[in-house]
Amino acid sequence: MQSSHVFIVLLVLAIAAFVVGRVRVLQLRNAGQSVHSLPFYHGMYFAICTSLLPILVLGLWMVASHYTINSWVTSALPQDILAQSQGDRSLSISMIDSLAEKSNMLSASEIATLRAGGDAATTILTQHNIGLSQNPEAFVIDAALHKTALVQSAAWIISALCLMLAMLGFYYAWRKQSEDLRTRNIVEELFRYVLMAASSIAILTTAGIVLSVLSESIAFFKSVPIASFLFGTVWDPRFSAAGAEASAGQFGLLPLLWGTFFITIVALAVAIPVGLTAAIYMSEYASSKMRGFTKPALEVLAGIPTIVYGFFALTTFGPFLQSAGAKAGLDISPNSVLSAGFVMGVMIIPFVSSLSDDILSAVPNSLREGSYGLGATQSETIKKVVLPAALPGIVGACLLAVSRAVGETMIVVLAAGIAANLTANPFKPVTTITVKIVSQLTGDLEFNSPQTLVAFALGLTLFVFTLGLNVLALHIVRKYREQYE
Amino acid sequence: MDQKLANSMPRILAHDVNIYYGEKHAIKNLSVEIPDRAVSAFIGPSGCGKSTFLRSINRMNDTIASCRMTGEVLLDGKSIYAPDVDVVQLRSHVGMVFQKPNPFPKSIFENVAYGPRIHGLAKNKTDLEEMVVNSLKKASLFEEVKDRLNASGTGLSGGQQQRLCIARAIAVNPEVILMDEPCSALDPIATARIEELIDELKQNYCIIIVTHSMQQAARVSQRTAFFHLGTLVEYGETNDIFTSPKDKRTQDYITGRFG
Ligand SMILES: Nc1ncnc2c1ncn2[C@@H]1O[C@H](COP(=O)(O)OP(=O)(O)OP(=O)(O)O)[C@@H](O)[C@H]1O
Ligand SMILES: [Mg+2]
Repeated sequence: MQSSHVFIVLLVLAIAAFVVGRVRVLQLRNAGQSVHSLPFYHGMYFAICTSLLPILVLGLWMVASHYTINSWVTSALPQDILAQSQGDRSLSISMIDSLAEKSNMLSASEIATLRAGGDAATTILTQHNIGLSQNPEAFVIDAALHKTALVQSAAWIISALCLMLAMLGFYYAWRKQSEDLRTRNIVEELFRYVLMAASSIAILTTAGIVLSVLSESIAFFKSVPIASFLFGTVWDPRFSAAGAEASAGQFGLLPLLWGTFFITIVALAVAIPVGLTAAIYMSEYASSKMRGFTKPALEVLAGIPTIVYGFFALTTFGPFLQSAGAKAGLDISPNSVLSAGFVMGVMIIPFVSSLSDDILSAVPNSLREGSYGLGATQSETIKKVVLPAALPGIVGACLLAVSRAVGETMIVVLAAGIAANLTANPFKPVTTITVKIVSQLTGDLEFNSPQTLVAFALGLTLFVFTLGLNVLALHIVRKYREQYE
Repeated sequence: MDQKLANSMPRILAHDVNIYYGEKHAIKNLSVEIPDRAVSAFIGPSGCGKSTFLRSINRMNDTIASCRMTGEVLLDGKSIYAPDVDVVQLRSHVGMVFQKPNPFPKSIFENVAYGPRIHGLAKNKTDLEEMVVNSLKKASLFEEVKDRLNASGTGLSGGQQQRLCIARAIAVNPEVILMDEPCSALDPIATARIEELIDELKQNYCIIIVTHSMQQAARVSQRTAFFHLGTLVEYGETNDIFTSPKDKRTQDYITGRFG
């Protein structure tokens, strides 16, 4: 029996238990007893008692079975296989896995043919669509059969265990149930734990991601000193791949960090003034009809795929800047910080404007009236009352825009290029952290060389960077917060 | 009555005012003359249009999109709805204390300093501080907040917020003060102090106060207007309204038979 079948059976049992619990307490009530909780809660109590524990066991098993069974299979391998290098061993194990997946479709005679080897064995492999490039050796076949047997018996044991637990749980509920049993309180309490579990999933996932990135980064820092990564001013990872010895400074983070920062600043310099003034216009000045048109129109900008912005920058805006610059006597390269930052700024305008508009509209009208009542003009009211009251939200909106800008890749590749320059000249090409993460992880590279591992170190840097921004923004918001109820 | 009201020129004159919220006809054919240097009280059951009419005197209804109005309101003989009127200037002369306290989410000091700042009333910092302290004292809030002028105005209690809004309104020295239930959340002592303030202000200013307390109307006002379902039923000397009302509805209301 497969886990999913067991799960369905458990659900059916839970529903049945719900009905039983409900009907039984209804009988008590009809017999004139005063019952503490509503029948619904008694039903829930039965359903939970019956299914909670088995479902937990099943879930645990689904997570753990892969590792447990694999480690059993591996430990049963012959000595000489275990003594092989890690690469060879993992190759054998993956062969075992692919064979084990299909082995219950093979008859005994077919397995015998497999053991015999030769063309007949190869035919069987292709017939059953088994993804092996060569005929399996004997120990592989043994291990695969061993694994299949293990998987099957484990599935039976788990199914039986789950059903038994369900029966026991049902019996427990049956014994416990009485008119005074406070099932409502029990169910409410459990509901709290369910909510808690849900929120902890999010936290645990974040922690898991951070840990895995961290461990890969540590592997990277074993081959490249952390100081030369953090303070190196030259980014040239390919050079060390060709050379025998990795020389320090070639994984220098600074050009990328600076590029990210520079482009983001330009983007924000475009998006925040435009977005914020658009938001102020929409929420404070525009008639509701105008607002009904402007807001969706601006939000269309957010729906354009970033790659489209990218080639707009590449084919239209970049060349335009270049020719405009040439007329003004400036040397602007077609790939430039200015071009990428400007187009990225246009892309994030709707994030700033739409969110800020919602936030400004949420400022209570009574505050505006209070200001008008003292003889303030509309712009004074906006500047001195509405904006300060909306500040925390607006900072939040801008931060969202920042994280969009920092994480943006496509526009940068097309508009600013992939050359990691360390320059303060906005007319020159630069590149960003995300672009380099992509380029380090695409292509034919070993997965444990510094060239690929550096991507994790870059990811970690990005994470720390945005975390720092968030903390900073939180601090700003706390400090200048003007709260209204 | 120590005031000579009869022959002085009215400060505010409303003529045939009708106010609508969308389809709802909130004020019907209202005409009234409000004297200067006196307190006029608006009384009437809830929802009868007191606030609505009060807000039309400093054009606060302009901020409500669905609100329309016909008729005329004159301040010192000039129509305040004429096209050439500067609304901002009008409102700095006609101050308002709103029915619901609405302190700005700023410090107590900044709340009161807001008006003087935007009108440039203070010459320097000490001048401004003096104004703030004076206004707070007049609104009898100073003693309670003198140690925490930098704390947020929204952190005050409901009654304290109400007095903060009064202090904020009088800090700009308006000539006409519209007060919409300024004592609704105040204890008897604070109420008495605000009434003293109103008494003092009326020496120089024109004051209109909306109130649900008959006693308060009788105590502080020289004129009383009784509103009912959007119409002004009766308006006259406070004494006359409370001792010999002409309309049956007024009589029923002030004797507590309805509303
Ligand atoms: N913004 C608005 N939109 C629509 N209708 C409104 C609005 N403000 C008030 N009204 C309506 O206009 C009528 C008069 O309201 P108003 O606030 O002037 O009453 P009020 O006499 O001040 O009552 P209260 O003593 O309860 O404050 C009420 O029927 C109310 O429902
Ligand atoms: Mg009112």
